[in-house]
Amino acid sequence: MTVLVLVETEAGQIRQASRSAITAATKLGDVHALVVGNAADAEAAATLAAKVPGVAKVLKAGADVLAHELAEPVADLIVSLAGDYSHIVAASTAVGKNVLPRAAALLDVQPIPDVMAIVDADTFVRPIYAGNALATVKSSDAKKVLTIRATNFDPAPAEGGSASVDAVNVTVQDTVSRFVSEHTPTSDRPELESARVIVSGGRGLGSAENFQSVLTPLADKLGAAIGASRVAVDSGYAENDCQVGQTGKIVAPELYIAVGISGAIQHLAGMKDSKVIVAINKDAEAPMLQVADYALVGDLFEVVPELAKAL
Amino acid sequence: MKILVPVKRVVDYNIKVLVKSDGTGVETAGLKMSMNPFDEIAVEEAVRLREKGSATEVIAVSIGVQQAQDTLRTAMAMGADRSILVLSEESPEPLAVAKVLKAIVEKEKPDLVFLGKQAIDDDMNATGQMLAGLLGWGQGTFASKVEIVDGRAEVTREVDGGTETVSLSVPAIVTADLRLNEPRYASLPNIMKAKKKPLETIQATDLGVDMTRRLTTVSVAEPPTRKAGIKVGSVAELVEKLRNEAKVI
Ligand SMILES: Cc1cc2nc3c(=O)[nH]c(=O)nc-3n(C[C@H](O)[C@H](O)[C@H](O)COP(=O)(O)OP(=O)(O)OC[C@H]3O[C@@H](n4cnc5c(N)ncnc54)[C@H](O)[C@@H]3O)c2cc1C
Repeated sequence: MTVLVLVETEAGQIRQASRSAITAATKLGDVHALVVGNAADAEAAATLAAKVPGVAKVLKAGADVLAHELAEPVADLIVSLAGDYSHIVAASTAVGKNVLPRAAALLDVQPIPDVMAIVDADTFVRPIYAGNALATVKSSDAKKVLTIRATNFDPAPAEGGSASVDAVNVTVQDTVSRFVSEHTPTSDRPELESARVIVSGGRGLGSAENFQSVLTPLADKLGAAIGASRVAVDSGYAENDCQVGQTGKIVAPELYIAVGISGAIQHLAGMKDSKVIVAINKDAEAPMLQVADYALVGDLFEVVPELAKAL
Repeated sequence: MKILVPVKRVVDYNIKVLVKSDGTGVETAGLKMSMNPFDEIAVEEAVRLREKGSATEVIAVSIGVQQAQDTLRTAMAMGADRSILVLSEESPEPLAVAKVLKAIVEKEKPDLVFLGKQAIDDDMNATGQMLAGLLGWGQGTFASKVEIVDGRAEVTREVDGGTETVSLSVPAIVTADLRLNEPRYASLPNIMKAKKKPLETIQATDLGVDMTRRLTTVSVAEPPTRKAGIKVGSVAELVEKLRNEAKVI
């Protein structure tokens, strides 16, 4: 069996989530990596993808219409390449979740999102109800379309492989959508999804100023990424791409420190697979304390600065 | 401009479901059911566009069992003008739902379809994208802002690194993310009024759509539970544990 994997790049690297998708795909068959972008970006991405061990072949699709990975042209491209592939795979990223269901509909396939484990070529485990239940589902479709939950598969290494690269003749067009602009706040912190340590803040922080002044020293000490609850994002304490949870990012760092976050099921859905969880909360009954390995009950405005100082 | 808003009846988001002891699914009997929260946001956005004068009619549609008419009444109490109930088995798959919606779209000819980005029961996050694919329309998924500019839909989308804005020719599909708006509560007079708004019922089979499931559920299990942790008495104790017991710092 041969598997087509949509591979994304970011800041001149193959995204870690895509490398996890490659790992998952190698369990299903030979892996062909599809990279898309304008000509220059696709070229650069192809060079990187060819080095990922486990990739047998890279399909390089470079064209202006693909520059922003919009769903409409990328889904059409995938459909045009779908041919004999047994599985079409992407990471459960914003791009994967946007593109793959569209491609699946065009192929008359019911997609299987957020795969956490592969049982066999037709059978997969995925979360339902914000991760409060895990469903094992078996697909009767001839072709399977999957998105992969990155935290459940180790990322393939970035180096060590030497796949061949084929250029794809791109004929797809996009007459219905157009990229206008993007807003991508930069930070020198590690990316949430690949960070070893995450310091995450909730409503308990009370304001954007506190969110910064209380969490930053601790995150700096730990080299941590900063996450947030939905309330913290909605209240403007943190940017939307910091949100952890059912509708935000799914993370599983070595250490997750939840500061002033109650632990609603929608938040837990995004972080309960972290290796070690620390809860800092003034309420001893907060649900976060039930999943935490270490709970410190106290006022975060006293405890967090003290912790930053002690490290 | 006409807006179609598909809405789904799901277990209320405040309820933590339990897995059935025989592992065939989750226990939903007797639980409070509500409109999928993302769909409420989609209804709100459509109603606001009508209130602003950009839209002329808002039609809610639900695909599922008879009780989904409660969900449609809620949508109408929020401001939808009329609704359509497409009777089928409980919780059909996104592919089948997208096909039913395509048939409805061909009949009603809306300019926009607003959906929630995902249903909080199966967490599929697929129906909007699939409908867009079947219709060949543009899709503005995970929307945090929607504007109608020169007859096009300008949609700001929540993506991994921040936000992205796309411009879609109309007709188009939009799927709502949490920050698009804060849905209103239906007032009592509006709930009363909604009871008199038209609700048409049709059978999924009459639309000629094959609803056969492609996925069979082999089993449903509880996620692994975390071992109970401990309360630490001080920052010093926490640091000691993280260093010497958990060895993560
Ligand atoms: C469809 C849907 C999807 C959702 N998706 C997400 C999601 O992806 N991610 C997400 O996070 N939420 C999500 N939510 C929202 C979720 O239900 C909760 O509302 C949210 O997570 C609560 O955020 P919080 O813990 O910051 O706030 P709260 O629940 O208000 O908790 C604040 C906590 O701070 C503590 N605290 C306050 N002051 C102090 C102090 N001085 N010192 C110490 N502790 C203090 C309090 O004891 C409390 O436990 C979703 C909701 C819905 C309906």
